[in-house]
Amino acid sequence: MLILECPYCGVKAEETELSPGYEAHLKRFGPGSSPEEFEAYMFARKNPKGVHFERWRHTYGCGKWFLAARCTATLEVFGTYPAQVSEPPADIIAKILARRPDWKPE
Amino acid sequence: MSTRLTRGGRLIDRTAAVEFSFNGKRMRGFHGDTLAAALLANDQMLVGRSFKYHRPRGIVASGPEEPNALVNLGSGARLEPNQRATTTELFDGLECTSQNHWPSLEFDVGVVNNHVSRFLPAGFYYKTFIHPRPFWKHVFEPIIRRSAGLGKAPTQPDPDRYEQAYAFCDVLVIGAGVAGLKVAKAAADAGQRVILLEQSPTLGGRAPVDQTEVDGQPVETWLSAMEADLAARDNVTIRTRTCGFGVYDHGYVLADERVADHTPGDGRPKHRLWRIRAGRIVSATGAIERPLSFAGNDIPGVMLASAVRDYVVNYAVSPGDRTVIVTNNDSAYQTALALKAAGLDVPAILDAREAADGALPQAARAAGIRVLTGKAIARVKGTKRVTGVAICAQAGEGAVQEEIACEAVAMSGGWSPVVHLFSHCGGKLLWDETISAFIPDPARPPLNHDGSAMVECVGAAAGDLDLTGTPVAIPPVWVMPQGAPIQLRSKMWLDYQNDVKVSDVELASREGYVSVEHTKRYTTLGMATDQGKLSNINGLSVLAETLGQEIPQVGTTTFRPPYTPVTIGALAGEARGEIFQPLRKTPMHAAHEKAGAYFEPVGLWRRPYCFPRPGETHEQAVHREVLNTRQNLGLLDASTLGKIIVKGPDAGKFLDMLYTGVMSTLPVGKCRYGLMCNEQGFLIDDGVVARIDEDTWLCHTTSGGADRIHAWMEDWLQCEWWDWQVYTANVTEQYAQVAVVGPNARKLLQVLGGMDVSKEALPFMHWADGTLAGLPARVYRISFSGELSYEIAVPASHGAAFWAACTQAGKALGAMPYGTEALHIMRAEKGFIMIGDETDGTVIPQDLGLDWAISKKKADYLGKRGQERTFLASPDRWKLVGFETLDGSVIPDGAYVIAEGVNANGQRNTQGRVTSTYYSPTLKRGIAMGLLKHGPARMGEVVEFNTVAGGTVKARVRDTVFYDKDGEKQNV
Repeated sequence: MLILECPYCGVKAEETELSPGYEAHLKRFGPGSSPEEFEAYMFARKNPKGVHFERWRHTYGCGKWFLAARCTATLEVFGTYPAQVSEPPADIIAKILARRPDWKPE
Repeated sequence: MSTRLTRGGRLIDRTAAVEFSFNGKRMRGFHGDTLAAALLANDQMLVGRSFKYHRPRGIVASGPEEPNALVNLGSGARLEPNQRATTTELFDGLECTSQNHWPSLEFDVGVVNNHVSRFLPAGFYYKTFIHPRPFWKHVFEPIIRRSAGLGKAPTQPDPDRYEQAYAFCDVLVIGAGVAGLKVAKAAADAGQRVILLEQSPTLGGRAPVDQTEVDGQPVETWLSAMEADLAARDNVTIRTRTCGFGVYDHGYVLADERVADHTPGDGRPKHRLWRIRAGRIVSATGAIERPLSFAGNDIPGVMLASAVRDYVVNYAVSPGDRTVIVTNNDSAYQTALALKAAGLDVPAILDAREAADGALPQAARAAGIRVLTGKAIARVKGTKRVTGVAICAQAGEGAVQEEIACEAVAMSGGWSPVVHLFSHCGGKLLWDETISAFIPDPARPPLNHDGSAMVECVGAAAGDLDLTGTPVAIPPVWVMPQGAPIQLRSKMWLDYQNDVKVSDVELASREGYVSVEHTKRYTTLGMATDQGKLSNINGLSVLAETLGQEIPQVGTTTFRPPYTPVTIGALAGEARGEIFQPLRKTPMHAAHEKAGAYFEPVGLWRRPYCFPRPGETHEQAVHREVLNTRQNLGLLDASTLGKIIVKGPDAGKFLDMLYTGVMSTLPVGKCRYGLMCNEQGFLIDDGVVARIDEDTWLCHTTSGGADRIHAWMEDWLQCEWWDWQVYTANVTEQYAQVAVVGPNARKLLQVLGGMDVSKEALPFMHWADGTLAGLPARVYRISFSGELSYEIAVPASHGAAFWAACTQAGKALGAMPYGTEALHIMRAEKGFIMIGDETDGTVIPQDLGLDWAISKKKADYLGKRGQERTFLASPDRWKLVGFETLDGSVIPDGAYVIAEGVNANGQRNTQGRVTSTYYSPTLKRGIAMGLLKHGPARMGEVVEFNTVAGGTVKARVRDTVFYDKDGEKQNV
């Protein structure tokens, strides 16, 4: 059972306190977008074996959504950060690279 | 025969005799015995029957790896099936029975399977019960189910109590043998918080039986000093009878403490499930001895060598006067010495190795025991118990050289480190050629949240079998003798409980099963309650040999928690009965109970379905409630309706994105019906929105949808439009809400008094704040029934009082409470949709003729792009219409509108389905809504629905509003 630190309230929350929200940093495509763009936004989710960015909600805590950088294979957590960003912050990228030198940010 | 020796037994207290019964037979044992030890002491060699062939089964092991000695423990509501006799502590009055036989253990009809075993090969079920197809459901399955399964599940609720607890530590040590104790002490010395778990009642592991000295001290002295040292420390917690059975992500471990299994009825919880979060996990779980595969290795009296010396040393139980030892390693010689020391006879030690010159073999020879190297057992003689062994050369094909009479056989095929906990979270294993076993690979452990190793193994669990750091080599011996013909191989058991033999694995291999995971499922090897603790390595080695591959290439099956079976009671803990789920009750719940309401679950809420009167069926009650509401006055507890406040400078803009319609233009004081869709365009919720003030809206959601919709709003506000200034608050439970419905609705509010609710002051789809019956009230003039209707929200604390006031004042006006079913019928009569009935996650508002609630002007709303997809814009979609049967009957729930022809599966083609179907007490006939291909263009057409009973029912397509089409009733 994962432990993720909520970046808002600082609680090291157990998975039972959290709700998963799947892939982070999705760009929304609304009216006017092409079928390909909409399909990619709606259905083509990443499922990497390795570094992944995810949305989590501290449902049974402060109620805030936050984002987590995590390795899906080893369950290592590189860091958590507030959801109000459109890409992973530099310090999170640095933490990932410190442990996964071969990883390339998109 | 097996008996109790007159001397010895380090774990038993001979001054405390204990009475118990096995299959109704009275027996005696001692305090400190396990059930298995006591059964052996009473010469109860035969303890059960195997799963498939009903072969006689005796005790094989002395610990949790036991595959055979499973009993029904207790009786009545306290009956527990499949309890391992080897780990069940004896207590006075224990009752148990053996399993999987009929009519009796001694005489079992099912044993006929044994004699036809060559017709019951691996995969027998898969091969046999395929044809003819219809036979499966009515013939094969019932027969197989009756003969399958070992114990029988109890039929009464468990009267015992279980609890769960949390614990946290820096270091969790699982297993309190010498290796585990040393790690615990070192961690404690370093000031770390330590929890030490031990599955058995005593500390020390195998050391007191297998070792004479630890660190130069006599083993018992060393142990008691260590135990006293650890017990005296504040930073060490020792829990015995506690099995750490599963390792999960990020240092999470579950452990099952058998608190009161051995002291039933003393008031303590039976089990306690520990949820432990540990910084570091040390698995000091030891190793399990492997059986050898020789013909007749399943006959009662054939036991693991380590178990034999456990029974002799710990419980002073002799397995028989004469025990033949058969082994491929030195450790079994300890058994020979222990038996000798107890005054018992060891006619021979058969060692498969060509030479045996270690310290232990030399000691055995010095003790006068006949040691025969390069020898094997050709077959064991006896049926319900061992009577002797036939000896052959290990290198040969089983030609008998000599026969030896004996009562027991002690076997050792080497040791398998208990790597389960290391493997649960993905730790990888190495094949160790020296000891012929899988050991944990320290370079590839399961990882913690920070990338550090989460589990480390020490001692025998790490492959250090004799704790010297340099284990003595154990050569592999997978089949005995190595050239055994099929006649012998088909009598060599790998899995005792599931009856899988060497020949079965070889057959699976010949039939093309090359993966160990597939072979496991095909043969059922290792799939019994013991999960292959004894059989897996032997089985995969046979598979590897047959495939001509190396063992590491074949690999192991996946180790999954739990390590040993855990009773459901422990997993459920206190979450049973009333507190299984937290129930939500409205402020008026007690009044409904008093009024005799019949409740139904709506999410976690309990809502009155109807209020039956004495002598009334639920159906009659519902019909009465509908008619009374339409003719007089109905009262509905609508408190469960979701209520979410959305507030802020950007609240209007936000709601315009959330709803398909426009909410920003809604004037203060008015209400508007709205639809919410997900990004795919499918309808997910609906409700009435009220504009409270310039930057405040109150959104009503469905009863089941409040939490979900609130979370949905927060998701968009926090993750997509985080710069928008909007707050949301779910105030569902802050308000009690009562729907006052029917021709007399206004009169009731006037009697309650306090505010003007006239047609002019409060028109349809308006709301007003005021006072009713002296209570602060917000009155919404909205209708879900088509009648004159007000929904009144009062603070939750006034809910019960307001309901009482309505009921009291309503008496003179013919008021009756109504439940959810009457609500459903009345909304269906009016053609109003219900989320979950008309929608199922694949329906867009346009399918339901709700285009009027979708803004054409807005550039964007959630779901707009999704709805533009071609298949959703197709004119061929099934669309909502009404149906009335020609004969007035009610269309069955879930019925389909049939179409011409059949599909590829031979099923009738369909062109629509019913979504809501009721008997309308108002119209005195069946009414229905449903989705129909090209529906709105087919008014007046007659279509056919299938029925549950077979056959069809004809219905005419019509519009969805069955009652008061012009809305005259609600506009008064």
